[in-house]
Amino acid sequence: MTCAAASGHPGGSLSAADIITVLYFHKLRHKPQEPNWDDRDRFVMSKGHAAPVLYAALAEAGYFPTAYLKTLRQLGSSLQGHIDMLALPGIEMSTGSLGQGLSAANGMALACRLDKKTNRVICLLGDGECQEGQVWEAFMTAGHQKLDNLTIIIDRNKYQIDGKVEDIKGLEPLVDKLKAFRLHVLNCDGHDIASIISALDEAEKIKGKPTAIIADTIKGKGVDFMESRPLDYHGKAPTAEEKALALECLRPKGSK
Amino acid sequence: MSAPEGIEMSERKKAATRDAYGKALLELGKQNKDVVALDADLSASTKTILFAKEFPDRFFDMGVAEQDMISTAAGLAACGKIAFASTFAVFGSGRAWEQVRISVAYTRLNVKIVVTHAGITTGEDGASHQANEDLAIMRVIPNMTVICPSDAVEAEKAVKAAAAFHGPAYIRLSRLSTPIINDNPDYDFKIGRGIMLRDGKDVTIIACGLMVAEALDAADTLQKEGISARVVNLHTIKPLDKEIIVKCAQDTGAIVTAEEHSIIGGLGGAVAEVVGENCPVPMARVGIKDMFGESGKPEELLVKYGLTQEEIVQAVRSAISRKK
Repeated sequence: MTCAAASGHPGGSLSAADIITVLYFHKLRHKPQEPNWDDRDRFVMSKGHAAPVLYAALAEAGYFPTAYLKTLRQLGSSLQGHIDMLALPGIEMSTGSLGQGLSAANGMALACRLDKKTNRVICLLGDGECQEGQVWEAFMTAGHQKLDNLTIIIDRNKYQIDGKVEDIKGLEPLVDKLKAFRLHVLNCDGHDIASIISALDEAEKIKGKPTAIIADTIKGKGVDFMESRPLDYHGKAPTAEEKALALECLRPKGSK
Repeated sequence: MSAPEGIEMSERKKAATRDAYGKALLELGKQNKDVVALDADLSASTKTILFAKEFPDRFFDMGVAEQDMISTAAGLAACGKIAFASTFAVFGSGRAWEQVRISVAYTRLNVKIVVTHAGITTGEDGASHQANEDLAIMRVIPNMTVICPSDAVEAEKAVKAAAAFHGPAYIRLSRLSTPIINDNPDYDFKIGRGIMLRDGKDVTIIACGLMVAEALDAADTLQKEGISARVVNLHTIKPLDKEIIVKCAQDTGAIVTAEEHSIIGGLGGAVAEVVGENCPVPMARVGIKDMFGESGKPEELLVKYGLTQEEIVQAVRSAISRKK
């Protein structure tokens, strides 16, 4: 997709790919044929630049034909460079300017609680995104409001555009910080399906506080040359040659 | 049309637009359980406290976190709530500008940002708290409706009208008690439609907010000089009533704008864009020059920063002198 668009964010999409897969094909209660179903779970992808992986999941789930994925970032396409809820059914909140999505997810969780719904709100944050001050305002709100219908997932791929997150402006000790903000904190292997599911399941059982899952991930996961040079593939699409190599890497071993 | 002509400002009844908001919000809350309210630690000042006391479950004090408040309001609206978010104008527009842009306006969500303490009459708190730029930075955002009511009567109508349509709105209110000018049976508020309060043939004074009352007083003064001034209350800055602006330019041949806001980018800027493109006539803008305010009593600041009927009268003379 990003190759066809000749721009986009492959690295941060691949780090979130397994998480998004678990959400759309196992966890979320949603109806692709009825995107505005009132009792659906709400997924807010605050790291709006990971648009390609969300579009891929929505297409695979049946929100729109997979052939449409090729229109990513093209003039007139619903597949905007950063996700746009008015352009595409299935997108719960427009994001792209980092730091705003968790506040919106909190608002959804408050609304669902007011309406006594039993659905869940799930918000995916980038780790670089956690440098935005508004994210911490929102952590504070989630904790203060005891939003136990909210699960926050932090895609801890450890890289941002200018370098390693811990070198640019470090988040550690992240677990301690989140606990101090009155969140229940879990860790998972963000590329192990069972580990992701187990964390999401446990989050649902926690009462009286929201849960934050720190998902340990690898930027560019599954594509060896992206994993080894994550900084080169944050906001840069692969060339046609690299695309072929990447698809080779992603193909299940033994298949053709 | 029957504005109380000849009544001096000091003789008019006064009320604060923020008090009208507090009452209107409470009423809306009683009518519709989907109305929710958020504030950023200023509920006693913005008057959302009235709603908060009656509907504690539907009120969210977000603390001193305006950016979080605006995006949270968007999330509530995304789940079907009509979310009113309030704080001082300078924070609701400026501090949270990008949240308004992306979380609220880009998404066209049903969030009503109702701010108080707009303009120089915030007074003693000084420049940091005086929003003289908010109309400019809100009206430039696509999908936004921007309203600056001229008195408490209009503020109540504006809040209710905003609740009645789906989409984002920014309503700008004052701290100060200001003269009531719309308390008459003919008064009819529609978003996006200016109101001619007084007819005239030599010049049109187009005003918003508390400067509408000043414009009416200026028109009285001008009448004594033999100048016939039309006065238009242009409460909605966006969508702008282009029709009434063009008609006034054609009918009277000169336009003066008056607003408690920077002369750059607000009402004066918006009107000048329409006049310049459609029917260029001499114009003058009364408002705060390109400068920050300072501490002082509201009444003193209005005089020092040129927001008086005398300034309007001067501006009218200037505009008329340039008519061909």
